Amino acid sequence: MNARERGPRVSAAAVIRHRLFWPAAVLVLLLLANVFFTPGFLSVELKDGHLYGSLIDIARFGAPLILVAIGMTLVIATGGIDLSVGSVVAISGALSCLWITGLEDQQSVTGVLTAVGVALGLALFLGLCNGVLVAGIGIQPIIATLILMVAGRGLAQLITDGQILTVNSAPYKLIGGGYWLTLPFGVLIVLAVLGITAFLTRRMALGLLIESVGGNAVASRLAGIRSRGLIVAVYAFCALCAGIAGLMISSNVSSADGNNAGLWIELDAILAVVIGGTSLAGGRFSLGGTVLGALVIQTLTTTIYSIGIPPETTLLFKALVVTAVCLLQSPAFREKALNRRRRRPQAAPASADPKVKVPA
Amino acid sequence: MFKRMSALLLVGATVMTMAGCGSGGTTSASQAGPGGGDDKITMGFSQVGAESGWRTANTKSVQESAESAGIDLKFSDAQQKQENQIKAIRSFIQQKVDVIAFSPVVESGWDTVLKEAKNAKIPVILTDRAVDSQDTSLYKTFLGSDFVEEGKKAGQWLVEEYKDSTDTVNIVELQGTTGSAPANDRKAGFAEVIGADPKFKVIASQTGDFTRAKGKEVMEAFLKSNPDIDVLYAHNDDMGLGAIEAIEGAGKVPGKDIKIITVDAVKDGMQALADGKINYIVECSPLLGPQLMDLAQKVVKGEQVPARVVTEETTFTQEQAKEALPTRQY
Repeated sequence: MNARERGPRVSAAAVIRHRLFWPAAVLVLLLLANVFFTPGFLSVELKDGHLYGSLIDIARFGAPLILVAIGMTLVIATGGIDLSVGSVVAISGALSCLWITGLEDQQSVTGVLTAVGVALGLALFLGLCNGVLVAGIGIQPIIATLILMVAGRGLAQLITDGQILTVNSAPYKLIGGGYWLTLPFGVLIVLAVLGITAFLTRRMALGLLIESVGGNAVASRLAGIRSRGLIVAVYAFCALCAGIAGLMISSNVSSADGNNAGLWIELDAILAVVIGGTSLAGGRFSLGGTVLGALVIQTLTTTIYSIGIPPETTLLFKALVVTAVCLLQSPAFREKALNRRRRRPQAAPASADPKVKVPA
Repeated sequence: MFKRMSALLLVGATVMTMAGCGSGGTTSASQAGPGGGDDKITMGFSQVGAESGWRTANTKSVQESAESAGIDLKFSDAQQKQENQIKAIRSFIQQKVDVIAFSPVVESGWDTVLKEAKNAKIPVILTDRAVDSQDTSLYKTFLGSDFVEEGKKAGQWLVEEYKDSTDTVNIVELQGTTGSAPANDRKAGFAEVIGADPKFKVIASQTGDFTRAKGKEVMEAFLKSNPDIDVLYAHNDDMGLGAIEAIEGAGKVPGKDIKIITVDAVKDGMQALADGKINYIVECSPLLGPQLMDLAQKVVKGEQVPARVVTEETTFTQEQAKEALPTRQY
């Protein structure tokens, strides 16, 4: 277990040492638990020309959370946090549904595209506002985004007039509830956003720059990185992701609910990011870990429904699993737990967690 | 660091699923009616907020029936906050209104302000939601729906529908927000009625938080873990509407392969009922305005009123829904 040597060969120890081993193990464990209670849990069949099964459900219902969490990852990597994503989810869903209900023909593809454009435009604008408050004016991220978190839900309710807006539009339905090439369209959107983000941050220098700003904003600026612009950009990107997630959530049920859409999704997203091994202090991030974290959360939710945990104990069950994941994730905790069993002469310090190597 | 993180996560995990049907701030502005003449009854009404279509219809009903009954209404929106409501009631007392009506945001903590109203000799009527005060002399009457009765009505329809069948009837239930009065009572009333016959089996019951999105998500999971579902009982229309999408996605026909009973009768739900996707809706009517004005007039005149008045509510079958739909107000 000692991280002293790193050989090129893939040994069992190396697999266990991998940052994402524990969240992945919990995910597999959850899935196995489901198979135990529901034997056909892992089966995926073709129904009405699209894939159908519990695994598909997890991906489909988890898609908005994964999107929000991807945006959140980059914000957290700069040492910030965005609490307003839930409100942006509600606003974007509300605005697009309002736009569609105003259309003469709700089935018109151009009309729906305009609605999507308007909603995402507003989301982007709100993200820019967050970014300017944080990077331009220098308000602490948690405060700056808290403003939109509270006010934004009010804005969403203003748009929907406190009602649930119902739309009946086939093109809009596709975004979150439809299928393309047998796959849920929402999952394809997530894959696209994930692909683009991974390319920009891991194949280009952008990821390194973001981590540098998160590690030390002042030093980065002195080194010639425009930290201000970068920070504004990540908040805008995060809001854009939340906007797309909002479209998915409202499209999935063909209605916009200003009160409940995306409620508390910011907490789930932060949780997903943390389970994925991204440090809340900023300076390092892992997109793969975030996706894994979001999948763990969604699988946990699905597990609760399928194995029939009574609603009164749901929260406790969730809390226990999440605590277990977080403890397993902590090298300090693992070190302590192991030390108790076999005393090691040279225990690694708690901060032995190495900075992630970034392929430039 | 990790200690702090896990602490934060615990809090997060606890909070994140506490989405309620009555959460979030609201946007409606308070408005006060114009000062009325001396012979006119003045009513101070403090509403919970404008969190749902149901609530908006409730507000509208109160405002419209006050106008037609010739009652001067001072309307105040508490925006989901008890402190706002207490402030509003105090201001009603200062304005010396003839009667105060309000839908309490929460159940407890009303004794002090209600005593102030009692000392000022202003009668109080509770609407839609009750308070848990021990001293029932603090208010004249409570006008609202009986959630247990609603659950019973749903159960009775089911018993009637399957009276000729001896096979087991597999039921799944989508509960409202955990711990809320409508969720607890609708579950209890339903369970009481179907409990008499062992052929009715609730095979899965889970909260859908009164929302469409959760209703759909939970129903998807139910459909996979229970291949043989005969009946869905949802504690409100919205969860039922979400579940319908899930059932359709599973290649089954809602209303036929799986019979659906819901509570509320909001417009979208009634539309689905008329379309044959829902089989039966138990009404939970927000239109208690006329009854409220009637009670207010009696109370002001000093007439005796019953301590508990149940809102006039009905039930809808698919045929009744088709007839009622064109004139549905909400």
